[in-house]
Amino acid sequence: MTVAPEAPGARQATGRPGTTLPARGADPAGERRRALTRLHATDVYAMVGAATAALSMTWLLFRRLLPFNGAVGFVVIAYGLFLLVYALLVSFDEDGPAIVDRIAAAVVRSMGLLLVVILAFVVVYALVQGRKALVHLNFFTQSMELAGPLQPLGVGGALHAAAGTLIMITIALLITVPAGLVCAVFLNEVPGAYARFVRTIVEAMTALPSVVAGLFIYATVILGLGLDQSGLAAGLALSVMMLPIIIRAADVVIRLVPGTLREASYAMGTSRWRTVWHVVLPTCRSGLTTAVILGTARGIGETSPVLLTAGFTNELNLNPLHDPMVSLPLVTFEFVKSPEPNMISHGFGTAALLMALVLLLFVAARILGGRGPGHLTRRQEHRRVLASRRDARRFAERRRTADLVTIPAESESESESESESGSSS
Amino acid sequence: MPSLRRTRQPQPVIAGVGSAETDVGDADVRRRLYADPGLPDRVFRAVLRSGGGLVLAVMLLVGGFLLYRAWLALDRAGWSFLTTAAWEPGSGKFGIAAVIVGTILIATVAVLVAVPLATGAALYISEYASPRLRRTLISVVDLMAAVPSVVYGLWGVFFLQDKVLPVARWISTYLGWIPVLDVQGADPGDPLAPESIYTSSTFIAGLVVGMMIAPIICSIMREVFSQAPAGEREGAYALGATRWGVIRSVVLPFGRGGMIGGTMLGLGRALGETIAVFMIISVTFQVQWHILQSGTSSVSSLIALRYGEAGEFSMSALMAAGFSLFVMTLIVNFAASSIVARSRSGATSDA
Repeated sequence: MTVAPEAPGARQATGRPGTTLPARGADPAGERRRALTRLHATDVYAMVGAATAALSMTWLLFRRLLPFNGAVGFVVIAYGLFLLVYALLVSFDEDGPAIVDRIAAAVVRSMGLLLVVILAFVVVYALVQGRKALVHLNFFTQSMELAGPLQPLGVGGALHAAAGTLIMITIALLITVPAGLVCAVFLNEVPGAYARFVRTIVEAMTALPSVVAGLFIYATVILGLGLDQSGLAAGLALSVMMLPIIIRAADVVIRLVPGTLREASYAMGTSRWRTVWHVVLPTCRSGLTTAVILGTARGIGETSPVLLTAGFTNELNLNPLHDPMVSLPLVTFEFVKSPEPNMISHGFGTAALLMALVLLLFVAARILGGRGPGHLTRRQEHRRVLASRRDARRFAERRRTADLVTIPAESESESESESESGSSS
Repeated sequence: MPSLRRTRQPQPVIAGVGSAETDVGDADVRRRLYADPGLPDRVFRAVLRSGGGLVLAVMLLVGGFLLYRAWLALDRAGWSFLTTAAWEPGSGKFGIAAVIVGTILIATVAVLVAVPLATGAALYISEYASPRLRRTLISVVDLMAAVPSVVYGLWGVFFLQDKVLPVARWISTYLGWIPVLDVQGADPGDPLAPESIYTSSTFIAGLVVGMMIAPIICSIMREVFSQAPAGEREGAYALGATRWGVIRSVVLPFGRGGMIGGTMLGLGRALGETIAVFMIISVTFQVQWHILQSGTSSVSSLIALRYGEAGEFSMSALMAAGFSLFVMTLIVNFAASSIVARSRSGATSDA
């Protein structure tokens, strides 16, 4: 028989300190149901009122009273006034801590909003400014070979840069995905002092500034080995930059695989490499995909390693071994250095293309990944169920044939079938 | 339960001494715990080890090669490498005083901009937003961390710069008595004075880099905040705390290590940022303390500017600059990860 503190009976204090017992026979009809909603009408009124007052006062200051101008100043002053007026309005029907709570909530909410607005703005700005170049179809089918800086937007395009980006990132992925995954598996499956040392070094290398990665490849491969500035060199520079990122992300993902799954596999007598191949890697496949895709997104957008190693060209070059090759961020950087508005439009077009590519990769990562180890999509689950039914049928079949051939072999075949079902599930 | 004593490992050499457990018999020898994994497993381990070794070799090669190539210039310049502002390796007068000061100032402005923004956004995502909005916002922030730096640079050069000039001017006019915010050659009395002395400044570069590192800091902080123990939160609520009270007394103290670590990881990124900075600033090789004034420099933009014209010795000098930048980011990153690892939250970060 608990009575809520609001019950009128509970309020009757006995006068001396001690446990306050609810009075017997209190009228339960006096209990009020508490409103659990967090948003009250007065909050909304205070919010709207404060916003209106702040805007009006700032307008008055800017237009009538003070010699201020500028959009940034207007927003800052309006925001400050809003907080003041809001605090004042809240203080009419709340007290100390509640006022602080409301003000803090307003500040935190506006910070979150500001961050999202800035992101939306950066992305949308690049896409909107790029529309001038993107509406011309030749932007996707031509290189800049025939387009001088004074040519209209109807001539020239970003085909060479898009092709270059794809070639470079392919080279980088061919190097980093096998090396990165083997290293990540190594860090988790062969623990010891050596693995700890490798992990420390890899963590240190994530601090390597990308321009230094470019400088390293420039000094070794181009100056040292005498290769051209080429797509291959750029791909190598991107690999040096991406390798630690991918290893770290993959390491984190593999570490999340439940130890019980591994132990179950070992208990079935499975060897280590079969455990890794059939249990560990499939379990964290979606996480690994996400790690690789996010690493790719980082690599695609990186300019400085490419700037140092790829050279610059206006022509389409599909051979990564010879002659300069450009990538999307690099041409963006070079185009907007030009004073000609048309070249700048081209630059925004390539930036928009790059942004679209990154968005695409990101959405792919969200769709494929974002699941914890062992969580399956409906289709995957369906496939698993079918596979296990097939296994069950096969085992039943085997047992029947074993029964027919020799009767004493039954126990042996049973244990064998069990171990198989364990490793295949 | 007769005895909780750990059974001793039977040791055949001193059999007969000690309690009854040990002289069970001579047959009780220590078991070999080593099991032969078989050939495929041995091959598998060798492959894994060599993969790890390969990555290790590449990583050590990068650092070692940088130091080796930088040694020529460092040896020639000696300690003056840290104190000289000019960059003329041909005449032997070169040093990183100007570029390091520029790099640190840009990174400082960036962190000052990014940390309040990131803290507020992280608190909003972990404490205020509804679960559905939270998932969306997490993706948005992650996406923001993946936006290429050249896109941020474009935005900074073509949009932000014009909008920020009046603010820079206002700050230098009214707060110019603070030495860092002073702009030399500015005439506050002249409304038509050209604004070009405010362009391409440390301040604008720092703002753009701050926008870039805010999502990185934000995602680490959010991770840490969301791990604050539910029991302590509920305890604070039960004591009558408001939501802000819970944040101040439970969430922020719990997440302090993560906040510091995330900030330092962001600082590491800000120190190494190249293209966005290079697009905005106009490089000068003087120590420029005035953050609102046009002209500054950073190590990475020095490398991007000068790599092409470099001969043998100039290359070595650039390598030395790159190495010093690498050492700086390395120290910052290690400090960050050790702080994060030691904090109560102990969050892992994958920045």
